[in-house]
Amino acid sequence: MTLSDPFVAHVHEVSLRYGRQIALDRVSLAIPAGKRAALIGPDGVGKSSLLGLIAGSRRIQTGTVKVLGGDMRDSRHRASACFKIAYMPQGLGKNLYPDLSVAENIAFFARLFGQPKAERERRIDELTESTGLAPFKDRQARKLSGGMRQKLGLCCALIHDPALLVLDEPTTGVDPLSRRQFWELTERIREQHLGMSLLVATAYMEEAERFDWLVAMDEGRIIATGTPQDLKAKAGASTLEDAFIAMLPPERRLGQAPLVIPKRPSSDEAPVIIARDLTCRFGDFTAVDTVNFSIERGEIFGFLGSNGCGKTTTMKMLTGLLPASSGEALLFGQAIEAGGMSARARVGYMSQSFSLYTELTVRQNLELHARLFHLPPASAKARISTLIEQFGLTEYLDQGTLDLPLGIRQRLSLAVAIVHAPEMLILDEPTSGVDPMARDRFWELLIDLSRNQGVTIFISTHFMNEAVRCDRIALMDAGRVLAIGTPAALTAARNCGNLEDAFISYLEEAIGARRVAGEEAAADDVKNLRPTKIAPAQAAKPNSWFSSRRMFAYTIREALELLRDPIRLGFAVFGTAFLMVVMGAGISTDVDNLTFAVLDHDNTPESRAYLEELRGSRYFIEKAPIKNYSELELRLQNANIRAAIEIPPDFGRDIRKGVPTFVGAWLDGAMPFRAETIRGYLQAMHQQYLSDLATKEGLSASQAQPATIETRWVYNQDFYSVYAMVPGTIAFLLILIPAILMALAIVREKELGSITNLYVTPVTRIEFLIGKQLPYVAIGMTNFLLLFLIAILVFAVPFKGSFPTLFVGTLLYVITTTGYGMLISSFSSTQIAALFGTAILSYLPAFQFSGMMTPVSSLAGIAAFMGRIFPMTYYLPISVGAFTKGLGFQDLAGNFLALTIFALVLTLLSLALLRSQEA
Amino acid sequence: MRALANIFWLGTKELRSFIHDYVLVGLVIWAFSLAVYAQAQSRSQELHNAAIAVIDEDDSQLSHRVIEGFLLPTYFNPPQIIPLRDVNRLMDNGRYTFILDIPLHFERDVLAGRQPAIQVNVDATAMVQAGLGASYIQQILMTQIGDFLARSERAPPSPVNLAIRIAFNPNDTTSWFTSVMGIVNNVTMLAIILSGAAIVREREHGTLDHLLVMPVTPFEIAMSKVWANGLVITLAVGLSLSVIVRALLGIPVAGSVALFLAGVVIYLFFATAIGIFLATVARTMPQLGLLYLLVATPMNILSGSNTPLESMPRVLQIVMQISPSTHFVSFAQSILFRAAGLDVVWPEFLAVALMGAFFFGLALLRFRRSVAA
Repeated sequence: MTLSDPFVAHVHEVSLRYGRQIALDRVSLAIPAGKRAALIGPDGVGKSSLLGLIAGSRRIQTGTVKVLGGDMRDSRHRASACFKIAYMPQGLGKNLYPDLSVAENIAFFARLFGQPKAERERRIDELTESTGLAPFKDRQARKLSGGMRQKLGLCCALIHDPALLVLDEPTTGVDPLSRRQFWELTERIREQHLGMSLLVATAYMEEAERFDWLVAMDEGRIIATGTPQDLKAKAGASTLEDAFIAMLPPERRLGQAPLVIPKRPSSDEAPVIIARDLTCRFGDFTAVDTVNFSIERGEIFGFLGSNGCGKTTTMKMLTGLLPASSGEALLFGQAIEAGGMSARARVGYMSQSFSLYTELTVRQNLELHARLFHLPPASAKARISTLIEQFGLTEYLDQGTLDLPLGIRQRLSLAVAIVHAPEMLILDEPTSGVDPMARDRFWELLIDLSRNQGVTIFISTHFMNEAVRCDRIALMDAGRVLAIGTPAALTAARNCGNLEDAFISYLEEAIGARRVAGEEAAADDVKNLRPTKIAPAQAAKPNSWFSSRRMFAYTIREALELLRDPIRLGFAVFGTAFLMVVMGAGISTDVDNLTFAVLDHDNTPESRAYLEELRGSRYFIEKAPIKNYSELELRLQNANIRAAIEIPPDFGRDIRKGVPTFVGAWLDGAMPFRAETIRGYLQAMHQQYLSDLATKEGLSASQAQPATIETRWVYNQDFYSVYAMVPGTIAFLLILIPAILMALAIVREKELGSITNLYVTPVTRIEFLIGKQLPYVAIGMTNFLLLFLIAILVFAVPFKGSFPTLFVGTLLYVITTTGYGMLISSFSSTQIAALFGTAILSYLPAFQFSGMMTPVSSLAGIAAFMGRIFPMTYYLPISVGAFTKGLGFQDLAGNFLALTIFALVLTLLSLALLRSQEA
Repeated sequence: MRALANIFWLGTKELRSFIHDYVLVGLVIWAFSLAVYAQAQSRSQELHNAAIAVIDEDDSQLSHRVIEGFLLPTYFNPPQIIPLRDVNRLMDNGRYTFILDIPLHFERDVLAGRQPAIQVNVDATAMVQAGLGASYIQQILMTQIGDFLARSERAPPSPVNLAIRIAFNPNDTTSWFTSVMGIVNNVTMLAIILSGAAIVREREHGTLDHLLVMPVTPFEIAMSKVWANGLVITLAVGLSLSVIVRALLGIPVAGSVALFLAGVVIYLFFATAIGIFLATVARTMPQLGLLYLLVATPMNILSGSNTPLESMPRVLQIVMQISPSTHFVSFAQSILFRAAGLDVVWPEFLAVALMGAFFFGLALLRFRRSVAA
């Protein structure tokens, strides 16, 4: 960055599309350096996309983006620029790790920027001190309130003294007090870091007033830039919100008549919703604390509060989805459970996430709900067409709901919720993420329902301007209702100019009360903070392609997360042990306990002599004799016996006379392997009988048996299959489990959004992959030691070989199998796909085609091919060899080599397929 | 009536979402086509191309004749002649599973009636092959030596002959078994995934909340998943059986396909019910997957579809009698290979249905609670 450049970023002719959808349309822009700049505009206009491109998290499609004096297309510039950029993505704490504590989260980012230990600790102290998080350093991020989480995000972003701080909607969903504190904090930090440029996106127009320079965006384009005063002056409007609407193209402004709310006629009917001391506890956490309210018929009642303050929980208790821990909720004067089905038919519900079936079209969604409420077909049809018209859904009828604009989806959700003309509507944050215009249209519908149709509406929101439209509101914080009343009354009660200030005043009072009660330390109060001077971060050596510190940042973090997830850890350890015991004991190719029965037409001493061998065998169990052929068939058919032996009539006489005779045997061929084995047993017994007979009749032994056959079972004298099965099971489990855990670990980051840290911090792909792989290799080796002990102690499998050889071989194998998981994860974008993909793609080849049951060289067709390209094929000889054959390193060198090649190829492939930026 | 209508309409929705989930559709197609085909083709349950070597110390007419005996069938690869000193090395590295040692003066000793011994070294870690191979080798050796003697001197005909017939699969073709068992295993794996994932997905998307607020009971929701996912898999099984197994692999099916499909439907009731049950236990999709592995892996591996049930330890055999997968494998074999009718398999149908009802009931009990938490 040259000092003379007055702009921190230049964007020229940049377009971005996702599939067919255009997110940015030839945007050109220069963002001033050292200033506070903000992108304003409703959701979905391309703000986040533009920030992503500037921060380097998103790949540039067309156009040029120059940040800090270099082209962001150039990966070398990007690698050095990311040392000076900090990026906080949209969504509360999206790039944070909820299982890690405050200090651990910050330390993770410090390591990513290569800060040594002393420096790291100093920075953590200073940053937590200055943001008021110091008393909570050891608290897990998941247990922080929304406002505190944003502060933590800020600490993590500031760890390396960025020259450019990019914040994407940092205050959405945060209560007004925390919001105000957040901006004060950013302000103070900017005072200390002179020259730092701030670039923010926000949907709150009120907030935008405090910025130096604004960019107004709509539908992927920039509609205006300038200071807030400029924009207001240009549009001739008094507020930014009005200015923004005035700047929109005329066709977008249609129907923007100011919203008028007719007065509600007062009624003296009994309230339709009553909550009495409603409380909900999860363990020791009280989500909703003795909440009381009553709502009259036709009233619009609002619930106002930040994310996680208990709004949704209260609504779930009202609808009967969640049982109340204590207190009661009455709908139409009855508890919802008692009301049963008839009460439910009178309620419409819209949950926080749009509860539409995304795989159905608009029409199908409406029809399904009409059917589930059992509207008669004729009236359902009429009702649906009325709704379609009223809600303006005609042009979207046959579209899947996933592709609909957010505002349309929200209207459809409401249409679906009222398809059965309910008397009461429960709407949980129905407008979050929807732009102001669409929100106004939505409210028109609500007002019509309330005023003209007498529908009672219970709605939650975190938008002040929506709360103002309610007949009455309840202010909520930390599970408690702070105040209830009409918006005007509440504002007046606190002597404030507007509802937001009134809410803040209520919040401050509540926090004060809690502090007196000793429940919470003084965390949320910026005024009490000492203005800590933050010394600049020592410049880390930029641009090295590999740093062990950055790699271990991921290793340490992954290990901590794993240790704190009892389910994954428990499964990794005990699940493996369980499967080992079950499989080791259960999979056996020792065919014994075979049932047979005899159809003896002869019943002479000779026939009994023939059967003697069979009856004495440890492999066979005799069942009741067979009487006739039809019984023989029947008993084979219903699996009563596996083999039937038939001795012909006159068997004894024929033997005495020397007339050749035939003994018949029928085997159950349903399982060919078993039949083959029985055949082998029977033939051996038959031979034995013949040679015994010959000896008895005075023939020389050599005439009966000219040569003897000595079968030597090498490696396993007793031919117990458990000796082979147990080492095989170790190989099987060490591919299945580590591969799945590894694949999940990577896809989790993609799904939860923390993968952004790979995109925008100096960490390289190889550091990311190997850093994450190490803990799973460690888990794999722990598993191995456990399995090894089970093999020796539980199954008493002798270990003849060298343990170091087996250990090193297993280490290579576990590196390979985690690599296999990495590779599969690069194809999958959801955890479910990664999980089942890995399971299905490992299970069959591992169990059937890798030599566990049958040597790969004996397989045919596709199976043989799959076996040869599967790593387990090359580890199995090491495991089996070390256990039963007593083999050492030299004997297995080829297998070691093969595994090393697998490990390298899998890592390189995963590396090539892992994107360093979002597409 | 209302309940039936709800179950029907919710089920049609379920079918629509299945068709839109390309990953799952792909998984089902792969599992019932290529995976079944590869398993049937693999010959993994029989003696096939076994690696055999011979140390021919005798180098006589008889020893050559013995070696020739291994040339014909596909059981063994053509035997390789190796020197004595290599035996240990070649067995250690798994190059050969079987090594015969024909001793010096073998032919002479046989003719002289001295009963010389041929040593057969078997790599006992080769599981399926070791046992089968040893008995085949024994048979081939006896036949070859017997034939040799029959030509050189008049050996007396054997006084007793053993005629072994394999019922239900005259040539003991293993693909009959592996193909059908491949289908059976897939039914267990996929039915649990499909129904379990369907519930967890609805819960994660919040649509389950939505349903429970409407006049729809958990019973109706669960039943709709059972029939819709059951239908998909029954169709897949029917197609796999007729297209892959019968047409492509040319495997005859002895019994009634309709009766088998009826059994599949009953088994699917169980499998989807346990899937739903697991979904009520798991909090998230990854947890469901891990639980699923712990349940489905033993159910498949120990059901008798891979190795004979009789060989398992007694305790495990008894435990596995509780698992419907064991009954499924058992009646699949009975119906398809042994042409058994309903009179034979009804107790197993009943056992599966009862276990299904048990898990279905358990899932319903947990249903609301799992949404609440």
